[in-house]
Amino acid sequence: MRKAPPSGPHTRKGGVRLSRSASFYFVLPAVLIFGVFILYPMFMAFSYAFFEWHGTARGAFHGIGNFITLFTREPYKTDVPRAFSHNILIFGAEMILQNTIGLGIAYALHNLKRGKRFFQTLYTLPYLVSSIVIGYLWTLMLSSTFGPVNRLLEIIGLDKFALPWLGDPRTAIWVLILVVTWQWIGFPVLLYGAALGGVPADLEEAASIDGANRRQRFFAVTLPLIMPAVTTVSVLGFIGAMEAFALPYALGGSTGSPAGSTDVLSLVFYRVAFESGDSNGTGISSALATLLFIFIFGASVLATGIMRRREENRT
Amino acid sequence: MRNFSTWQNTSEKPKRLGNFVVMGLLILYSFIALGPLLLMVVGSFRTSSAIFTNPLGFEWPPSVQSFVKAWDQAHFSVYFLNSILVTVSSVLISTSVSVLAAYALARSRARSMRILEATFLSGLMLPIQLAIVPIFHLLDGFNMIDSLPGLILVYSAAGIPFSVFVLVAFFRQLPEDLEEASVIDGASAFRRFWSVMVPLVRPAIAAVAIFRFVPVWNDFLYPLILLRSSNHYTLPVGLASFFGQYQTDWSLLFAGLVITTLPLIILFLLASKQVIAGLTAGMGK
Repeated sequence: MRKAPPSGPHTRKGGVRLSRSASFYFVLPAVLIFGVFILYPMFMAFSYAFFEWHGTARGAFHGIGNFITLFTREPYKTDVPRAFSHNILIFGAEMILQNTIGLGIAYALHNLKRGKRFFQTLYTLPYLVSSIVIGYLWTLMLSSTFGPVNRLLEIIGLDKFALPWLGDPRTAIWVLILVVTWQWIGFPVLLYGAALGGVPADLEEAASIDGANRRQRFFAVTLPLIMPAVTTVSVLGFIGAMEAFALPYALGGSTGSPAGSTDVLSLVFYRVAFESGDSNGTGISSALATLLFIFIFGASVLATGIMRRREENRT
Repeated sequence: MRNFSTWQNTSEKPKRLGNFVVMGLLILYSFIALGPLLLMVVGSFRTSSAIFTNPLGFEWPPSVQSFVKAWDQAHFSVYFLNSILVTVSSVLISTSVSVLAAYALARSRARSMRILEATFLSGLMLPIQLAIVPIFHLLDGFNMIDSLPGLILVYSAAGIPFSVFVLVAFFRQLPEDLEEASVIDGASAFRRFWSVMVPLVRPAIAAVAIFRFVPVWNDFLYPLILLRSSNHYTLPVGLASFFGQYQTDWSLLFAGLVITTLPLIILFLLASKQVIAGLTAGMGK
């Protein structure tokens, strides 16, 4: 069914090829490291969920017992749905903010004659800084006693907004969302910037000759052409929102203080696996990881597939 | 668009006002994006009592006392060296094994190599952190919990999908007749790879290494779980224990944040082009 592999390097229409034995040695180190430290643990993660664990020792086969525990026993019964709702809230707010503020900035920069790269670089800086640094930095910024944010609000006469932002369960989750947005904004700015640069100028010109104003041009010509970038930003924003760990950890500790108001699934996972007294922590946390994996991977693949098909239909 | 000056003239005035407003908003957002980072840097050069009396001020001459204290007393020298060791070694390992593998993947047409490539690339989509419990057990079995080599190997493995993804694309772009001369000369596969191909893909190798540096340097989850004793901590975990310990010394806290961020800022100043290119390459995965 397949042509015999070339036995040595040879040149013909196909160009230079590697023999099978040579390629084997070239890929071997990468295969070993990736196989042992990523692939093998990845597969094991699924099997872990179906056993009962006693600390680090594997016990009897447990079927879907660990999954049932997640939804029927405290504290998991309360923590998991609440954390999940926070992840979804972060994702939803991210979608809105990145596709309005982020896209708006990218569009404004795109129309700028000078300084585009300068602003892009500036806006991308928070994204390069470690999430743990960003989180701790904002706890200081928002401190109710000495924080510069509240001091600034007092200076401009908005004393009544000088609140203990991170201390109040009603505001803490919104602080988390805004800090995430602040950190990630460079992401859509860069990606939408690149996508806007790829929109042929003559298309916009043609539309303006036809009498389309700036807004019409944007929604009828530009936006449909940058939809692939919107897909990418959405899917990666989804993965980022579902996996957020370091930033919520720095803002609210491993328990999502105050009162679990900034709790997210990765923190629940971390607590169950490494901080809970439950000797079956490994089994229960692996069940949670399995569900999360299916949800993140499934939703991303599904969303990418649907969007790609839509794009293909359009062209 | 500039050719159509007759059309443009009619809307010249509101457009100019609009541009002015847009520029104002862009500058305003620059302050929002940069403000907290500036306060962090400025705060690290002040004293805590000065920060408490006026959070937004600045004194001259600046004080480097907090850096000295963070470096010595708060063990940032240890965390910093661990971070350098872990980041540099794992970027070196993942980049070297990825260059080797990417060359074979780009130059071989065997079916097994296509499957292997797909396997590596699937790693771009997998939420690898979710395998942290089995990784913990695996390293436990190798007696590598609380050891820097264990952490380095995990990061090296995690860097392979992205590095292979970028490098394979790069190798495929190179015309194959470049190698043909050396084939005719009878050079071995490795020699061809090393003296012909590697020099040609050097820019891609640099970009991959620089871009992998950022997430490894910043990572918090793996060292939090895989390291135990504070003399093995990397900066992000060291920072977490430090924030619990010195809650009230803001100047010192700012200095710790600056030390953790400094190498990234230096990297960014030296190679901002590669860093930003890597960022968009990683996003387009």
